[in-house]
Amino acid sequence: MTSITGVSAADSSPDPDGRTPLEGDRANTGRLGDKLFGGAATAAGLIIILIVTLIGVFLIAQAIPALLKNKDNFLTSQAWDVSNPDEMRFGIARLLWVTVSSSVVAMLIAVPLGVAIALFLTEYAPKWLAKPAASLVDLLAAVPSIVYGLWGANIVGQYFEPVGDFLNTYFGWMPLFADASNARGSSIAFVSIVLAIMILPIVTALSREVFAQTPAAHKEAALALGATKWEMIRTAVLPFGKPGVISAAMLALGRALGETLAVMLIVSALASGSEWNLSLLAGGETFASKIANNAGEFDSPSKTGAYIAAGLVLFILTFVVNAIARIVIERRKAFTE
Amino acid sequence: MSTVDTATATNQHVDLGSKSAGRAVKDKVAQAVMWLAFVIAMIPLVWILATVIVKGGSLLLESQWWTHSQQGITNRREGGGAVHAIQGTLLQGFVTALISVPIGVFTAVYLVEYGRGKLARAVSFMVDILTGIPSVVAALFIYALWVTTFGFNRIPFAVCLALTILMVPTIVRSTEEMLKLVPNELREASYALGVPKWKTIVKIVLPTAFSGIVTGILLGLARVMGETAPLIILAPYFRSISTNLFDGLMGTLPTMINDGRDNMGLLPTQERVWAASLTLILLILVLNLLGRLVSRMSKVKS
Repeated sequence: MTSITGVSAADSSPDPDGRTPLEGDRANTGRLGDKLFGGAATAAGLIIILIVTLIGVFLIAQAIPALLKNKDNFLTSQAWDVSNPDEMRFGIARLLWVTVSSSVVAMLIAVPLGVAIALFLTEYAPKWLAKPAASLVDLLAAVPSIVYGLWGANIVGQYFEPVGDFLNTYFGWMPLFADASNARGSSIAFVSIVLAIMILPIVTALSREVFAQTPAAHKEAALALGATKWEMIRTAVLPFGKPGVISAAMLALGRALGETLAVMLIVSALASGSEWNLSLLAGGETFASKIANNAGEFDSPSKTGAYIAAGLVLFILTFVVNAIARIVIERRKAFTE
Repeated sequence: MSTVDTATATNQHVDLGSKSAGRAVKDKVAQAVMWLAFVIAMIPLVWILATVIVKGGSLLLESQWWTHSQQGITNRREGGGAVHAIQGTLLQGFVTALISVPIGVFTAVYLVEYGRGKLARAVSFMVDILTGIPSVVAALFIYALWVTTFGFNRIPFAVCLALTILMVPTIVRSTEEMLKLVPNELREASYALGVPKWKTIVKIVLPTAFSGIVTGILLGLARVMGETAPLIILAPYFRSISTNLFDGLMGTLPTMINDGRDNMGLLPTQERVWAASLTLILLILVLNLLGRLVSRMSKVKS
């Protein structure tokens, strides 16, 4: 009963039970379920966007009143005196320096070490060792940061004293290692080492992942040309993994910038009014440790606002670093596909 | 056998070259450096574990540690246990998971099954931003919202909200990975049978990825249980057992450590601080191991 037009008389003739055929039997097509479920999934996605937006909005909204009352320049001052709401003087210069210097030094230690460990795990470790060894490195991530802080401050710090003295004696001519008459075990340099240990599992895990993806053909080609194993790694594995390592380093840097407890427990805060110095052997506070150290005195909105302003800068800092890591990963994806 | 022969032959050939010795030495040095790097990484791990076990391990062997709280115990006195802190940590972790899991899993479903175009890319980017958010910033945000804006008190539930911000991205990322591994043929077979999309996801896709999703939840839980900054900002330490998330204080293992660390000179407190550290590490390890165990039972093989 078909025609060229595809329309047949049967289409419009009613069924025995009185329905036209095109109407169907009104069986559940699941469209309502699809709408609800799909809607819930989209809503969850929107909640994520909402949370990040709210974080930004709330931090900005509560930082502004405090910033308006600030008598010092927020970016260049290193004072932090918020006890009197009408005479607040606070700036982030010192916090920014301690945060960035400790994190960058931590990264400088952790990235080469992490890459070497990743190479060890993918290229050198015997098969029976590779997997357990990888889990052992991951175990470093299972230690909570407060325990790192406790361990650094109470157990290891004292062993850093001679290292700090050595740096000061032989490299003291550099502002970075100038004497700061601070206990070496509670200095920025020492906490950098602890931070490096804490971010090591991130660097290692991500680098290991990219190194393991190096095409076997590249490696075999290098070996076939007579390269030693090290030359193979240098010419095939490392160039292939470079974007991955860079993004791993950025993610680790982001983690180090925001690390709170270890810094808070290990580094001794400088007395207010201390002179500006660049020394890594000095003490100080990072954004995160400053906020946590003073959580007890969040009593007035303007006072809290000053700390929220500091938190906002930390948020922006980690945002930028993580965004860069993300961009590097995206570009790498574009290459491999 | 033949590969070994080729390798030897290659080496011999290389040995004839002028810089051969230097290259061989470099190769050996590189190998030694890699091994050394691994050994160096093991030093802090062994050191930390040895410290917490030697200094706090004996307390964990006493039944009191698992049955009593610190109620009525001063810094100078021995005795008491950590049951208040353990249950506080577990309870807050459980409630955090209760809030985070639906948001995280639904977001992952959105990204894999529904999301296309700009909105999906925006969501994915925001998840990355959340992944990198420092715990202190998450805590500060909840403080600004909960205490400053709404005028509520600092209560344990506020900590759960802050921890949710830290846990959601972990769950999204791991669930997303697992959902991507579910073969498309399964979905197509289901669609071909006329099963609606949502039912396909609920009955086919999610069960297939189930163990992977559970693994992600356990790993996320392990990550947030050790976080201390939100606790310091939002929930002061409490020495006795409390199960009320909406009123009063609650003890947790991180705040128990933080509370005792100022009195490390007093032996009983010092021992309790290390014992609490060991308990916390063990808790996180158990969650990690459980996660790995579940992922081994995974139906989806990558």
